[in-house]
Amino acid sequence: MKAVSTSQITRKFGPITAVDRVDLEIEEGEIFGLLGPNGAGKTTLTKLLATLLVPTSGKAWVWGYDVEAKPHEVRKLIGIVFQDPSIDEKLTGREHLELHAHLYGMRNGPQRRERIRLVLGLVGLADRADSLLETYSGGMQRRLEIARGLLHYPRVLFLDEPTLGLDAQTRRLIWDYVKELNRREGVTVMLMTHYMEEADYLCDRVAIMDQGRIVALDTPENLKRGVGADVIHLKTARPEELAEIFRQREWIKRVEQRDGSLMLWVEDGESKLPQVAGLAWERGINIKSMNLEKPSLEDVFLKLTGRRIREEEGDSTEYLRRIIRARRRR
Amino acid sequence: MNRSGLLALRHSTSRELDAIYILWLREVKRFFRLRSRVVGSLGMPFFLLIFLGLAPVSFPGMPTGRYINLLAPGIVGMVLLFSSMGAGTSVLWDREFGFLKEIMVAPIRRSSIVLGKIGGGITTSLFQGLLILALALPLGLELTGISATPSPTSLALGFSLSLVFMLLIGVTFVGLGLAFASKMSDIHGFQLIWNFLVFPVFLLSGALIPVEMFPGWLQGLAYIDPLTYGVDGLRGCLVGYSQFSLWFDFLILLGCGALTVGLGSYLFSRVEVD
Repeated sequence: MKAVSTSQITRKFGPITAVDRVDLEIEEGEIFGLLGPNGAGKTTLTKLLATLLVPTSGKAWVWGYDVEAKPHEVRKLIGIVFQDPSIDEKLTGREHLELHAHLYGMRNGPQRRERIRLVLGLVGLADRADSLLETYSGGMQRRLEIARGLLHYPRVLFLDEPTLGLDAQTRRLIWDYVKELNRREGVTVMLMTHYMEEADYLCDRVAIMDQGRIVALDTPENLKRGVGADVIHLKTARPEELAEIFRQREWIKRVEQRDGSLMLWVEDGESKLPQVAGLAWERGINIKSMNLEKPSLEDVFLKLTGRRIREEEGDSTEYLRRIIRARRRR
Repeated sequence: MNRSGLLALRHSTSRELDAIYILWLREVKRFFRLRSRVVGSLGMPFFLLIFLGLAPVSFPGMPTGRYINLLAPGIVGMVLLFSSMGAGTSVLWDREFGFLKEIMVAPIRRSSIVLGKIGGGITTSLFQGLLILALALPLGLELTGISATPSPTSLALGFSLSLVFMLLIGVTFVGLGLAFASKMSDIHGFQLIWNFLVFPVFLLSGALIPVEMFPGWLQGLAYIDPLTYGVDGLRGCLVGYSQFSLWFDFLILLGCGALTVGLGSYLFSRVEVD
């Protein structure tokens, strides 16, 4: 059974095709990333899979259930953390989870309370469970939403930009929670993001989405390998001499010298570091420092689309929405 | 239907009831946590009671003795109108703050969401209506119950029936509020609803001035206002005076309630969450 699969799924809004003939298969238990700029169609695809929107054409299944024909079954199986906050600030954390549990038919009192206690602990909110959400910080509210999405033992958890607008430290914390949840609960995670670090750090496989289409799909490592070589930066007192030696090796594709530093383009950089060091050692040349620069998913996106992911953030409604969002997060 | 089918039906029914209960509970909790709003919303009716109720107002042929006896049931009707319209349109706030998505994506029927909302709206409206009624007593309201002369039976019957009327007013306007909220995409139309719907409904209902005193053309408008029958019914139950029979008021309101709840549910079931 695939956790999620889609076949040529398409959703149009008037003349705009937000999701354009997408085919995906997500395996049970994996963390699957959908990486793309704002407006790529990630949120629309999430809403199609979460039964909040109906596809214009094509089909999608969650755990074998057709999202259009069996929305009720699909809803029971999924958890979702929306891009924008979806909380009631006048409820406490625990009340939120109680409400959610009742909506999902968790009617055994002791089991329900135990589960609530467990997910609160999982996102580190046990000690704030009985405070109103209006007293939570943005990151805490986000963590509560993640706990809520997970409460009813969903098979698939959709996270739509879970760390948008959060500071780096909180972001890191949430990444670790997601990893932990995936490991402990075995829940399949589908993560929509425009942060390449996030996709890179969390995901087993990443689909790169642009203008409604999937333009590449693979593990982050393979995607990056496809872009081209790793670069070894190397500092030494005798760069000319060493550059001459490196130019004779065919596994070093290119050698450049820039103010006392050498740059070597190689495949599979990790395994080449010792060899590079060995060559210098044989000639008795001292290396002061070495580091390896690997291509990022940003480079992958750039190569595939000719644009950067971050460039597309200038849209004014998006900007306004962020301000409103930031206010609510306070 | 076979046995397992029946069991499944019973299971899903009790699930829906559970969902309705928890959504009702949320509305009630929210209401009591927004205390300043409650106090604020009871301020205007309270001052109306004081400044109009204590003034030596009288109309030719006023059947209820002092004006406050005419006014207080009207103000109770007004409080119910305002609070239940507020509860119905609170869907707009749920949408604005994103919470609507959380409810809409849950595996429950839309009709359960509607029932939770209506139940919560009625509960909080009834509470406010009773509160303002209690506040009217020290200001000189003479409760006589269902007949013009007070007796324990008249009072008991009248009070119980007044709860029925409060309930029906609540149902009618939570439904109407829900219908409007479902057709609006944001909160900017809120003021419009309040000034061009809620206020005219209040003033036309005869809550302040008996409908019989209106000029003829205005009376016509008053008789298509559901609250007219609510206020009339409340007067009949509380101070023993009504223009129509209580049965007539009851049936008209019942019809209005069924209509607005039906409309509200239908429109809400078609709401798309963005």
